[in-house]
Amino acid sequence: METPVDHYYDAKDLPRFPEIAKEAPELAKKFFDWAEAVMADGALSRREKCLIALAAAHAVQCPYCIDAYTQACLEQGSDLAEMTEAVHVASYIRGGATLVHGIQMRNQAGKLSL
Amino acid sequence: MVSFAQALSQNQLDLRRGRTETLQVNLGLLCNQVCKHCHLGAGPHRREVMDLDTMRQVADYAVRGGFSVVDITGGAPEMNPHLPELIRRCTEAAPRVMLRSNLTLLTGGGRGHLLELLRERRVAIVASFPSLSPSQVEAQRGAGVFEGSLRGLRLLNQIGWGRPGSGLELDLVVNPAGAFLPPQQEAAQRRFRGELRRRWGVTFDHLFTLANAPLGRFRDWLLSSGNYDGYLDKLAHGFNPCAVQGLMCRSLVSVAWDGCLYDCDFNLAAGIPLGGQRVHVSQMPGPPPEGAAIAVSEHCYTCTAGSGFT
Repeated sequence: METPVDHYYDAKDLPRFPEIAKEAPELAKKFFDWAEAVMADGALSRREKCLIALAAAHAVQCPYCIDAYTQACLEQGSDLAEMTEAVHVASYIRGGATLVHGIQMRNQAGKLSL
Repeated sequence: MVSFAQALSQNQLDLRRGRTETLQVNLGLLCNQVCKHCHLGAGPHRREVMDLDTMRQVADYAVRGGFSVVDITGGAPEMNPHLPELIRRCTEAAPRVMLRSNLTLLTGGGRGHLLELLRERRVAIVASFPSLSPSQVEAQRGAGVFEGSLRGLRLLNQIGWGRPGSGLELDLVVNPAGAFLPPQQEAAQRRFRGELRRRWGVTFDHLFTLANAPLGRFRDWLLSSGNYDGYLDKLAHGFNPCAVQGLMCRSLVSVAWDGCLYDCDFNLAAGIPLGGQRVHVSQMPGPPPEGAAIAVSEHCYTCTAGSGFT
C-alpha cells in the first residue's frame, strides 16, 4: 500500500526511489544500472558529471534531484561557487531557449504582417 | 538504524585487534583553532595538555612496545612545550614518526628550532587541508586559515617536505565541510595534486580523505542544525563490511593527554577506554594483545562508510 498523499513533494520519498522497481523490476534494473554507468568516471570525472546533473536538475526543476545532486557535488569535493555557476549555466540555457524562440515569433509575425 | 555492533554481527564480523603497530599520542586539547568538525572540541580555551612526566612515560612505552609508528596529534601538538623532547625520544624508538599539524602554527614565527628538529629527524607531517575552496576551509576552521595553511605548505615545500627525493614526507588530510561524506580518495588526490601545483606551486606526497566523526563539537553542530539523524543514517547506510578488516583501531592504540589508553582517537573523544576500563600508559607492559576485543559505538560507522578510514 502506498503512503496516502496530501501534498506533492516529500523529502522522505527520495530514498524510496528504488520502490519504483516493484511493478517493473527488469525495467528498473536497466535504468539503475544505466544510471550508475552514466555517472561513473569516464572521459568526464564523476565530479564533473555531478555538476552537470545538478545543473540539469535545476533545468527540469526536480527537487529530489536538486537535493540528491547538491549532496553528491559536495561529496565529490565541489564547492558552492562551482555549484552556483553550474546552476547559472542551466538558467542561461533555459532563459536562452525561451529568448531564441523570439526569432520564431518574429518570423511568424513577419509572415502575417504587412 | 541498527547499532554498529548489530551491523558487525549481521555480517558475521567480529572486531578484534590484529598486531598493534602504531602508537598514537594525543598531546592535549589545546589548539589555536576552533574547528566546527572537531570531535574533541579542542580550542584555545582548553587546559587539558600532556605534562612532561606523562610524556616521558609515553616515550618509555614507545620503546617498550616496539611500535613501528608513532603518530603525534592533538589539539595542536605544537602548543605543547615538551613536543621537541617527545620527538627526540620517539624518533629513537620507532622507525616512523608522524606529526599531525593544522599548518598555521608549525610555520608561524618562532618555530624554526622545531622545524629544524623535525627535518633532521625525518618526521612525516600530516597536514589538515580540507578543501581547495577558501570559503569551505574557513567555514570549517575559521577566518584567515586558508591563507595561513597555504603559507605553511609553501614553507614546508621550501624546506623539502613534499618534494621528491627529499625523504621528508608531507601528506594532506581532507575532510568534508559539513554533514556529507568525503570525496573518493584517489580522485581527490589527483585533483588536489593538479590544482595545488597549478594555482600555488605546492606539492605533497599523499592525500587522505576522512569522514567527520559525529562526536564533540561536530555532534553539537549536527544536532543544532537538524542534521544528526540524516548524517548517522548516511554513515550507517554506507557501511562497508570489507572496510572492517583494515580499520585503524585493529592496529593502533591511542594514548590521551592524561596517559590513559583508548582503541582510537574517536573512542578517546567518546570516553570509551581501551578494554572497557581505564588503564594508564605506565601500567602497560606492551601493545594490546592480538585478538583483544575493540570497544564499539555508533560513531564507529564513521570508519566503515565507503572505503573506510585511514
